[in-house]
Amino acid sequence: MTSYRTPLSRARGLGAAKEGAGNWISERVTSIALVPLTVWVAYAVLRLAAGDYTTAVHWVGDPLNATLLVLTFAIAFAHMQAGMRVVVEDYIHKTLSKSALLLLNLFVCGLAGALAIVSILKVAFTGAGAL
Amino acid sequence: MTDAPKARREPPISPHLMTGGLGSPLLWRWHITMWTSILHRATGIGLYVGALLAAGWAVSLAMGPEAYATYKGVLGSPVGLVVMFGITLSWTYHLANGIRHLIWDTGHGLDIKSANASAVLVLAFALAATLSLFGVAAMTGAI
Repeated sequence: MTSYRTPLSRARGLGAAKEGAGNWISERVTSIALVPLTVWVAYAVLRLAAGDYTTAVHWVGDPLNATLLVLTFAIAFAHMQAGMRVVVEDYIHKTLSKSALLLLNLFVCGLAGALAIVSILKVAFTGAGAL
Repeated sequence: MTDAPKARREPPISPHLMTGGLGSPLLWRWHITMWTSILHRATGIGLYVGALLAAGWAVSLAMGPEAYATYKGVLGSPVGLVVMFGITLSWTYHLANGIRHLIWDTGHGLDIKSANASAVLVLAFALAATLSLFGVAAMTGAI
């Protein structure tokens, strides 16, 4: 019987990687975004370390700062999750330990990232007034 | 006709199994590009801790003045500053070496000479940038 599938269609997904290069590409995309964002964070840390609570609340109240903070947290935690995932996959080979560590990594990054973003948004929208 | 060797020779093993210990020849030597590769992972793990501390900062800010002052006090303590120094060094290194990797991804700088030179450059940048940042922090009253 003649197969109507093309040779490419049959070969797809059969390589060592099984899937496309999505993870590899997203690691590069997030790293490119994090170059300017983390330089900005270093500047922010120097500024905020010299100030107090009021300084920080005012600073986060600026929409540009709040936006960049939220973006930095979201992209950094995605990048961290991807990076630590590769480390776990490289060194941990027992299925159960590997799965447990991959889940832990995902949940820690998801929880910490969400907590950070919600906290920033709360301060940005309510300032020091909503205590 | 040649004589067969009397003692049976050990079969060759992969270089990564050779530890250089007693009776085990070392076929590879430590090289600067190996260090930069290992350090990229190590500093990535350091930045994992740093990002969790940054998330903690955001949460403490949302909790109010007392929580924020306490959190800032812990980060500004001697132990906190040592941790901050490690995170800063991890960041400057991971940033510079990450850019090195991005350049490699374009196919440039992969020959041994360039890779060695960029390794030295990245290490020097990380150290110089970290010391400069702490210098600026000391001058601006951040620490």
